[in-house]
Amino acid sequence: MKETPLSNCERRFLLRAIEEKKRLDGRQTYDYRNIRISFGTDYGCCIVELGKTRVLGQVSCELVSPKLNRATEGILFFNLELSQMAAPAFEPGRQSDLLVKLNRLMERCLRNSKCIDTESLCVVAGEKVWQIRVDLHLLNHDGNIIDAASIAAIVALCHFRRPDVSVQGDEVTLYTPEERDPVPLSIHHMPICVSFAFFQQGTYLLVDPNEREERVMDGLLVIAMNKHREICTIQSSGGIMLLKDQVLRCSKIAGVKVAEITELILKALENDQKVRKEGGKFGFAESIANQRITAFKMEKAPIDTSDVEEKAEEIIAEAEPPSEVVSTPVLWTPGTAQIGEGVENSWGDLEDSEKEDDEGGGDQAIILDGIKMDTGVEVSDIGSQELGFHHVGQTGLEFLTSDSEEEEMIILEPDKNPKKIRTQTTSAKQEKAPSKKPVKRRKKKRAAN
Amino acid sequence: MEEETHTDAKIRAENGTGSSPRGPGCSLRHFACEQNLLSRPDGSASFLQGDTSVLAGVYGPAEVKVSKEIFNKATLEVILRPKIGLPGVAEKSRERLIRNTCEAVVLGTLHPRTSITVVLQVVSDAGSLLACCLNAACMALVDAGVPMRALFCGVACALDSDGTLVLDPTSKQEKLQQCLAAAQAASQHVFRFYRESLQRRYSKS
Repeated sequence: MKETPLSNCERRFLLRAIEEKKRLDGRQTYDYRNIRISFGTDYGCCIVELGKTRVLGQVSCELVSPKLNRATEGILFFNLELSQMAAPAFEPGRQSDLLVKLNRLMERCLRNSKCIDTESLCVVAGEKVWQIRVDLHLLNHDGNIIDAASIAAIVALCHFRRPDVSVQGDEVTLYTPEERDPVPLSIHHMPICVSFAFFQQGTYLLVDPNEREERVMDGLLVIAMNKHREICTIQSSGGIMLLKDQVLRCSKIAGVKVAEITELILKALENDQKVRKEGGKFGFAESIANQRITAFKMEKAPIDTSDVEEKAEEIIAEAEPPSEVVSTPVLWTPGTAQIGEGVENSWGDLEDSEKEDDEGGGDQAIILDGIKMDTGVEVSDIGSQELGFHHVGQTGLEFLTSDSEEEEMIILEPDKNPKKIRTQTTSAKQEKAPSKKPVKRRKKKRAAN
Repeated sequence: MEEETHTDAKIRAENGTGSSPRGPGCSLRHFACEQNLLSRPDGSASFLQGDTSVLAGVYGPAEVKVSKEIFNKATLEVILRPKIGLPGVAEKSRERLIRNTCEAVVLGTLHPRTSITVVLQVVSDAGSLLACCLNAACMALVDAGVPMRALFCGVACALDSDGTLVLDPTSKQEKLQQCLAAAQAASQHVFRFYRESLQRRYSKS
C-alpha cells in the first residue's frame, strides 16, 4: 500500500510547533517516551515498547562450524525485519532502503563494538562454535525504530541462556536444559542507540522523534553509546551539516539518556530473574493488564468430551458423501488430450508483456547479425527475406514470446505443414526453403550463435 | 499459570503414556486476549493460550494493486511470520488454511476491489500454534470492524496411541504423541515402495 502523504498544513503545523519548543505529545525536547520491557517464557524472548513503537526480539543458538579465517570465534547474526503489520507501507518489495540502513546500523552497533565475547562461544576450535542469531521484528511503527530495536537486541541477548557444554579431551557433551542449567552469554557492555532529529537545517533538535516528527525532519543523527560513555557507533544521515559543538552536545545528551535506559534494562532483567527463581508467574500473559477493557482473561476450562464419539457418528451419518471428481479425458488430436479444466493463469499480464517485447527484439537482432557476419553478399537477398519475414512475424501474428521456446503450440499432423511458425527457428526454416547451400552456412551460423 | 500448565502437562503425559484414559477430563489452557494494542493497523489482537502467543494485525479494507484486485469482492491476504528465521513451506500451508477460513467468513462482497490483509506474528510457540493463529486472526478482524457472517475459532486436538483425546496439546504432548512415531514408521514403508518401484523401472533385467 502506498504511504499516505503528509499534508502541507500538518507539516507546517509540526514545524511551527517545534520552533516554539512544543511537541505534539507534550514532551520536552530531550525527553524519551515511556519504555516498557516484557519477557516471554523462553529465554531470550522480549518485547520492548518505546511509546507505541513495538519491537519483538528473540535470540537463538546453534552449533555450527566456524568461519575459516576465524576458527576460534563464534558467529553472530542479526536480522531486523519490518513486519507488514508495523505500517501499511511496509510491503515485501518496498522497504529495502530503510531496511538495509537499519540492519547495517544494528550490525555496526552490536557486532563492531564487540559487546559480546565471541571467543567464549567457541566449543572445539576449528570445528564447532556457537552461532548466536538475533531476530528482531518491528510490530508497530511509531517512529525511532533504531532505538527500540537496539534496546530489544541487547535485552534479548542479556536475557538469553545457551545450553551448557563441557569438553573433556576429545569428548564434547552438550547438556539439555533439564540436565544442567543453561548458561548466560558473556556480555562486556550494553551499547544503546540514541536518535536525534534535526529541523530547519540543524537549528532545532529533538530526541526520540515519533513518526510524524520523523516525516518532517531534515536529518537524523544516531549515536550508539554504553554507560561507560564510550561511543560505539555514530551516524548522520539526511545530508545536514552539523557543527562540531552540536555533535558534542548530542553526545553529552546521549550519555545521560543511555545511563537512564541501562538502569531500566538492568532493573527489568533483575525483576524477571527474581520471579523465575521464586517460581512465580512470568511470561507475556502476565504483562497483559487486567484492568483494561480491551483485555480479557479466562482460566483453564475443562471440556466434557464424553459424548464425542456419538456426536462424530451423527455427523458422519448426516454428511453427504463427497462429490465425484472424475472427469473424462477429452481427446483433441492424436497425442493431445485434456483432463479437467485448467485454472486461469494468475501471473500478471502487464509485466510479462513488457519483458516479452524487449526479449523478442533482442533475439532477432542477434540472429540477423549472425547471418550478415558470416555470409556477406550471397545472403543479402535471403537476409532481406528473413527480415521481411521477421517483420511479418511481428506484426501479423500476435505472439507472446518469453524465455521459453514454445510460445505457440504447434499441432503437428503428419500430412500437413505446420500452421504457425515459431520466431526463434524462423531463420533456419527459411534457409532450408530457398537454397541448398545450407550446410556451411548453417554450421557457421551455429558457431556464431 | 506457568506452574499450572507444567503440572497439567505432567498429569496428561502420564495418562497418555500410561494407564487411565482422560475422556471427560480434557481441558483447555489458560486463555488471554488483548485487542487494539497496536496503533498503526486498523485492528490488532494478541491471543495467548497458555504459553503460546500470537499477535495479529489487520489492515482493511484498503487499496489493492491492480494485478491483485477482484472485481466483485475483497482480496484477502494472510501473512504468517515465524519468530526465528525466514518463513518457509509450513508457514505457507498455514497461511493458506487461515486464508480459506477467513474467506469463508468475511463478507468480501461488501467491499469489492479492496484488500484485507491479516498479518500474524508468532510471539511464542508452546503447542497448538495453528489454533492460536486462527483465534488471533478472528479477534483482530473483529477489532478492525471487518464485516463477517460468523466468528471462527481453532482448537487443536491430538490423538494418543491408546486412542485418548488430548485437547489443546502443549508442545511436549505434541511431541510425545506417538502419532509422530507411527507416521515415521509409515513413511519408511512409503520410501521402501518408492525405492522398489524405481528399482524395477531402472534395472536392466
